Amino acid sequence: MGEEFYQGHTSCAGCPAAIAIRHILQAAGKDVVISNATSCSEIFSSAYPNTAWPVPYIHVAFECAAAVAGGIEAALKKLGKEKTKVIALAGDGGTYDIGLQALSGMVDRGHDVLYICYDNECYANTGIQRSSATMFGAWTTTSPSGSKSVGNQTFKKPIAEMMIAQGAAYVATSSIAYPMDIQAKVKKALSIKGPKFLLIHAPCPLAWRFESSQTVDIAKLAVETGLWCMFEYENGKRTITIKPSMRPVEDYIKTQGRFKHLKAPEIAKIQEHVNGFWKKLKSE
Amino acid sequence: MEKKSVTVGGIVANPSKGNKTGAWRSVEPFISDKCIGCGVCTQVCPEGCIVLQEKGGKKKAVVDYDYCKGCMICATQCPVKAIEKKETKK
Amino acid sequence: MTKKIMEGSHALAEAVRLANPAVIGAFPITPQTHITERLAEMVANGELDSEYLNVESEHSAMATCIGAQATGVRTFTATCSQGLALMWELLYIASGMRLPIVMAVANRALSAPLNIWNDWSDAFGARDSGWLQLYCETAQEAFDTMLQAYRIAEDKRVLLPVMVCIDGFWLSHVYEPVDVLEKQDFVKPYKPPEVQLPGGKVKMVLDPKQPISFGEYATPEYYQEFKEAQHSAMVGAKQVIKDVHDEFAKKYGRKYGNGLVDTYNMKTAKHAIITMGSVAGTIRHFIETEKIKDVGLVRIKSFRPFPFEELDAVLKNVESIGVLEKDVSPGLGGALFSEMKSVFKKPMASFIGGLGGRDITLDHLKNVFDSIRTKSEKTEWIW
Repeated sequence: MGEEFYQGHTSCAGCPAAIAIRHILQAAGKDVVISNATSCSEIFSSAYPNTAWPVPYIHVAFECAAAVAGGIEAALKKLGKEKTKVIALAGDGGTYDIGLQALSGMVDRGHDVLYICYDNECYANTGIQRSSATMFGAWTTTSPSGSKSVGNQTFKKPIAEMMIAQGAAYVATSSIAYPMDIQAKVKKALSIKGPKFLLIHAPCPLAWRFESSQTVDIAKLAVETGLWCMFEYENGKRTITIKPSMRPVEDYIKTQGRFKHLKAPEIAKIQEHVNGFWKKLKSE
Repeated sequence: MEKKSVTVGGIVANPSKGNKTGAWRSVEPFISDKCIGCGVCTQVCPEGCIVLQEKGGKKKAVVDYDYCKGCMICATQCPVKAIEKKETKK
Repeated sequence: MTKKIMEGSHALAEAVRLANPAVIGAFPITPQTHITERLAEMVANGELDSEYLNVESEHSAMATCIGAQATGVRTFTATCSQGLALMWELLYIASGMRLPIVMAVANRALSAPLNIWNDWSDAFGARDSGWLQLYCETAQEAFDTMLQAYRIAEDKRVLLPVMVCIDGFWLSHVYEPVDVLEKQDFVKPYKPPEVQLPGGKVKMVLDPKQPISFGEYATPEYYQEFKEAQHSAMVGAKQVIKDVHDEFAKKYGRKYGNGLVDTYNMKTAKHAIITMGSVAGTIRHFIETEKIKDVGLVRIKSFRPFPFEELDAVLKNVESIGVLEKDVSPGLGGALFSEMKSVFKKPMASFIGGLGGRDITLDHLKNVFDSIRTKSEKTEWIW
């Protein structure tokens, strides 16, 4: 432990992406190539002339981590090096939004790539702007609350469901609250051939407005309130990793400054939405 | 400024460990004797700068203060509340 | 060597087959699609053993090539017009990362309005991207240049990506006789370059045996050094282009000027017409049939790196020139004209035409030649 990702990287104190990366690399081992999208993770890990990556690493642009990963995988195949694993790593911006096309194309072509998205529900790297992963009612700089607005107007894009619909070989969600779950799912994914998608919940102290020490506690609350569903989807079957106790969403919302403007009607809307999600899941 | 020499295409392999991010913090975790060596803090640390070391036949968490940014996540997750918050001396 | 009648695009595809890229990023756009389709056929028939990736956009075509090239294999893609525009940011990135990717561009006009026919506006929009740009006049030259392009790009003195440009439709779809090599050893199997790091030499390859990081971010403290190195390498590429051209000429008996600049009828010429690409063929024909003695043709083959010294040498004894180009930079005028201004200080006329595939006829050339003879310094549009 401790040498899988070099210290000296410049993530914020309490950064969930750094926690995620440590465990991804622990689980993946050394025979791996990382294709990273422009993101917090890219900026804090690869400032010339140093690198925090003890494994081969490439960053190209914001929207094409999946496409670059596909090219790497194809080249490794030609070189007879299929044993080397390819992992694409991006934030929610580089996955849900600008990176969606390349991700969909990579899955469609069936590349043997594990695509990992760490989801801090905004474009954090550029200063906390709204993404399609931003929660309803959340403040961001481009979805601020005000007299005419309750914050972000939409619910999270169901990216994992979209990957399931597209037929990815393995789709799973995890959270930095459960680092050993991240490791288990990365290991499992890397043992499966084909395009895999892993979505990791990553509460960001800076973007969500909470103290750096709360990162893991808040991630746990997201799971306990049902707002973050932990599951695996494989061979047409969904397995829930953690059955939530369904604590009221208010318990989660009151911990973060990005929600401090929310009133009862909006909180009720969020509760209704999460209840609806679990009801639908039950009927699956 | 002077013109520097750079690598072709910006390719690097030099580990970032020269950047001692411990200089960032204003508070830091102190591991008390209550530590049972369970290793949870080593898992949740974003820097990976807590490791378990053998001390007198027991495993104990040890912090590398060169890199600790003082986020204090470790303290929140310790199951026996063995980690105390201390002010970092300047 | 067998002479076959074939489309320019197919000649290019034959050369790509001989260069044997391991990974191809394939996405169609008229009029390069025939290149991409011919390669698909070759792969399907076992004539070409490449990973043929049917990507979902040109941006991903370049992204997959970047990923594959960085993993240590030769790559290829083809595009033009909107496709080249879509991958614009990645052009700069591929060059900045010093990846020797080779791409065919079947030059086509840019929207709006939408137009599928030839002009140079697509590649010209990328003239600052750090890609070499080599323009071809004939299908034979397209075949020859594609082979040379891999040698030039992968040369350790260069390590920059190369665009091989053929005029859309005018060259991509026209049938010409081409000497196609059955096999060749001019382009050898790809060996990734070595780069010097502070800790020692490494191969420029994503390989767990020697972990390195590509595509870092550089602060103001470092960025400028990278751009200067890129510019330096591009300027130095002129010698490599000439060397590779001469080696090819010696081996296969075909030359195109000195590889940077090609001339015709310049011995007794008092005036010159400067141009690029397939319209040079029309000009040669015009000069021949009209038995013109006083105006010669200077065809720029290497647009990037720009061949200042070579142009200076061939235009030494000339009284006036005209630059005939298939582009306009709105607010500036002809872009090639503005670049030529730094080379030629005597009367120079600008001729803008052929945009969006507009035909440049022998009658047009008659007026152009007459204009050049008057030592005109005007900008004229060819209608």
